[in-house]
Amino acid sequence: MQVALDTVWDWLGEVPDPEIPVISLTDLGIIRDVAWDRETLVVTVTPTYSGCPATTLINLEIESALRGHGVEHIRLERQLSPAWTTDWISAEGREKLKAYGIAPPVDGTAADGKTVALAARLLGQGNLVIECPRCGSHETEKVSQFGSTPCKAAYRCKSCLEPFDYFKCI
Amino acid sequence: MTAASTTLDPAVYADWLMRLGDNTLILGHRLSEWCGHSPVLEEDIAMANTALDLIGQTQLWLGLAGEVEGKGRTADNLAYLRDASRFRNVLLLERPNGDFGQTLMRQFLFDAFHLELLKSLQTSGDPRVAEIAGKAIKEVAYHLERSADLVIRLGDGTEESHSRMQTALDDLWPYVGEFFVSDDIDKAVADAGIGPDPADLKAAWRQTVDEVLRAATLNVPGEGYVHKGGKRGIHTEHLGFILAEMQFLQRAYPGATW
Ligand SMILES: [Zn+2]
Repeated sequence: MQVALDTVWDWLGEVPDPEIPVISLTDLGIIRDVAWDRETLVVTVTPTYSGCPATTLINLEIESALRGHGVEHIRLERQLSPAWTTDWISAEGREKLKAYGIAPPVDGTAADGKTVALAARLLGQGNLVIECPRCGSHETEKVSQFGSTPCKAAYRCKSCLEPFDYFKCI
Repeated sequence: MTAASTTLDPAVYADWLMRLGDNTLILGHRLSEWCGHSPVLEEDIAMANTALDLIGQTQLWLGLAGEVEGKGRTADNLAYLRDASRFRNVLLLERPNGDFGQTLMRQFLFDAFHLELLKSLQTSGDPRVAEIAGKAIKEVAYHLERSADLVIRLGDGTEESHSRMQTALDDLWPYVGEFFVSDDIDKAVADAGIGPDPADLKAAWRQTVDEVLRAATLNVPGEGYVHKGGKRGIHTEHLGFILAEMQFLQRAYPGATW
C-alpha cells in the first residue's frame, strides 16, 4: 500500500538527528525527496559534511522509523548535488537549536576561502556577530573554527562567560 | 573547461582520481596522528575535524575511482589493499608531522592548492567529479581560512613562533612544485574536459600564498629544486610507515568488518 507522501514527511519529521537530537532530519534539511517507485519507498538523503560519521546512523534510523510505520520496501539514495547548505535548516529547526544552546547559522556567511577577507577580519573589520544562545549578548568571540563536530565552531560569550557552539554556515 | 571531447582510458581516469583521493587520504591520516597530542584542545579538535572532512572526501574520490576502473574495487579496497607504489599522493602530504608549525604550514600550502583545484573541478565535464568538488570545496574553504589564520598568527607572533614557521616554510617549499607538474595523465584528463592542467592553477595559488605569507611576515623562498614522483608512485620511505599502520588490520585480518 502506498502511504501518502505527506504522511511519510511527517514520519521523517519525527526522526531526531543523532548528533543534535532536538532537531529532526527534516528540520536539518537533509531529506531531499520522498517518492514511491511502485511498491518501494525511495528516500533521497544528502550528507551534511562528506565525512559526517552520523550518515550511516541516519540511514539506519530512517529505515527503522519507516519500517516501524509498516513500510516494507525502502530504498535510500544518496544525493551529493546540490550540496547541502545550512540555508536548508528550517526556521523551526533554528529556534530549537537556539533553545538547545547552539547558535543557529547566520545565512550568507559561508567561508569562501578568500584570504583577503580573512586579512580584513584579522584587522577587526567585517567580524561576524554571533548572538549568545544563553543570554542574547552580542559580545561574543570565536575560540576555534572547529567545534565539537565539523559543522560547528567554538565560541565564547564575553557577557555571561559561557562557551557555546555556533552552527556555522556552509 | 569544455565538455568531454575525447574518451578517456578508464585506467588513466582511475589513476587520476586516485591522485585526488590519495592526497586527501594521506593528509587526513597525518592529521589524525595529532589526535590527543596537540598543543591546545581547540587545535586538537580542529585537526581531528579537518581529518574527518578529508577522509570523507577520500571515500567519494576513491569510490568514484573504483567505479571508473570497473574492477569491483571499493574505496576501502583501494585505501587498505594497495602497496605504496600504487599510491598517487604528492610527496608533501606524506612528510612527517614535525612540530605544530610544520603541520600547519603543510596544511596551509596544500589548502591553498586544494581550493583552486576544487574550484576548477566544479566545472568538470564529468558531473560526478563536479558534484564531489562542489561538496568538498565548502569544507576546504574552512580548512584554508583556519590554516591561513594560524600561519599569520604564528608567523607574525613571537620570535620563537616566527622562526619555527620560517623553518617550516623553508623545509616544505621544495615540495610544493609537485602540485603543478603536468604529466601525460593530467594532459589526457584535461583533453577530455574533466580536470585542469595543474600548471594553470599556479598563479592563483601563488597569489594566496604570497598574500598570507606577507601578512605572516615570512620570507617566501626562491624557486629551486622540486621534489616529485608521488603522483607516479615513487614515494619517500615515510609513506611505507603510514601504510604499515593504516593497513595493518586489513592486512593481518583480510576482510575483517565490525
Ligand atoms: Zn552569554
